[in-house]
Amino acid sequence: MGLISNGTTLLDAGSISAAKGALTHIKTLTASSSSTLSFVDGASSVVLDGTYKEYIFKFYDIHPSNASTRFQFNGSIDGGSNYNVTKTTSMFIAGHLEADTDTTLTYQTGDDLAQGTGFQDLAAYGDSDSANDSCLAGTLHIFDIANTTFVKHFMARTNYVAHSYYSVDSYAAGYFNTTSALDAFQFKFTSNNIDAGTIKLYGVT
Amino acid sequence: MGLISNGTTIFDAGSLTAGLGGSMTFIKKLTASTSSTLSFVDGASSVVLDNTYNEYLFTFNNLHPSENAHANFLMNFSADSGSNYNVSKQTTLFRTYHQEDGTSSSLLYQNEFDLANSTSFQNLYAYGAGDDADMCWGGYMMLFQPSSTTFVKHYSSNISGTDGNYEHNHFSGGYANTTSAIDAVQFKMSAGTIDAGDICLYGIG
Repeated sequence: MGLISNGTTLLDAGSISAAKGALTHIKTLTASSSSTLSFVDGASSVVLDGTYKEYIFKFYDIHPSNASTRFQFNGSIDGGSNYNVTKTTSMFIAGHLEADTDTTLTYQTGDDLAQGTGFQDLAAYGDSDSANDSCLAGTLHIFDIANTTFVKHFMARTNYVAHSYYSVDSYAAGYFNTTSALDAFQFKFTSNNIDAGTIKLYGVT
Repeated sequence: MGLISNGTTIFDAGSLTAGLGGSMTFIKKLTASTSSTLSFVDGASSVVLDNTYNEYLFTFNNLHPSENAHANFLMNFSADSGSNYNVSKQTTLFRTYHQEDGTSSSLLYQNEFDLANSTSFQNLYAYGAGDDADMCWGGYMMLFQPSSTTFVKHYSSNISGTDGNYEHNHFSGGYANTTSAIDAVQFKMSAGTIDAGDICLYGIG
């Protein structure tokens, strides 16, 4: 059954077609000692194509299995067969040690990429801490991934407990330097596993 | 009464089926009127601040102080439904500023406005909230997984404001260093009151 009001279809075929919010949940992946978490267009109900102009990944309670490791991501242009897209990126952080003996606001030259195909760090500065109550939370925006004319930009902000108990407010941004469409993204730590946590993917209309 | 379309329940028992509507839900708006504090308490006045959502977004709109003298905009968490706003926090704060005549600008970490495992209120907008009639500040704060009883609770904020013919852009991040659930958040000025403006609360997820 559908519902039409004043000529506008509000709902039909089991979905709402009007008056829907502009932020649409697409997929949730929950880590359980996972080496990687991957979102691939067309697989497991994931949409990563021209349906949305912007995609947002949300990171909740991301906990590494071991300390001294960094949370990272990469993109794919071949449906997740390879995560190795060329990127130029920047990264800076603000950090504050729990002991109150150090603060910092620095550009992270060791965590950026200059036309690199490696994974981009979303956390840095002393690496992640793996204490039972330590975790990472944040947001990654990626714009117009299906575009075949322009490069594809991203912006990320995370906050996390770094090694030695720093609070680190981390900012990464850059672009996938390709005119091919991106159709998959993968998240992992530089070593060991994502012990626990949730990554949610949203589309922005 | 419920509504089923093509075998899918659209709504029933007074609520929309999860996943069919938008993923960002308006919860509560508080409007300041010479207010000493603005508090969001789970379960009070229709506020939801529990495990219903993974993330809560506070938006600050046209907030205006009652007096000048560099009064700061502050925030704290409660783990006892607002009886006490005194959760231990580890935080950072940095800012940029630029004077209207172009003679002064900077990017700097603000040691005096971060917290090292302190239960005090956190500055979200420090160093100036002008009380000229047209001066105000706006921005947002994201609070992640406040109901977790396993991990610390991260927040990230960004506020742009005006004071004394300066534009200020302030970034604060950190974590409530507790494994108790956070169930209330309070905002106030370091001196005087919040003369006008509003704070809206949204749930994401």
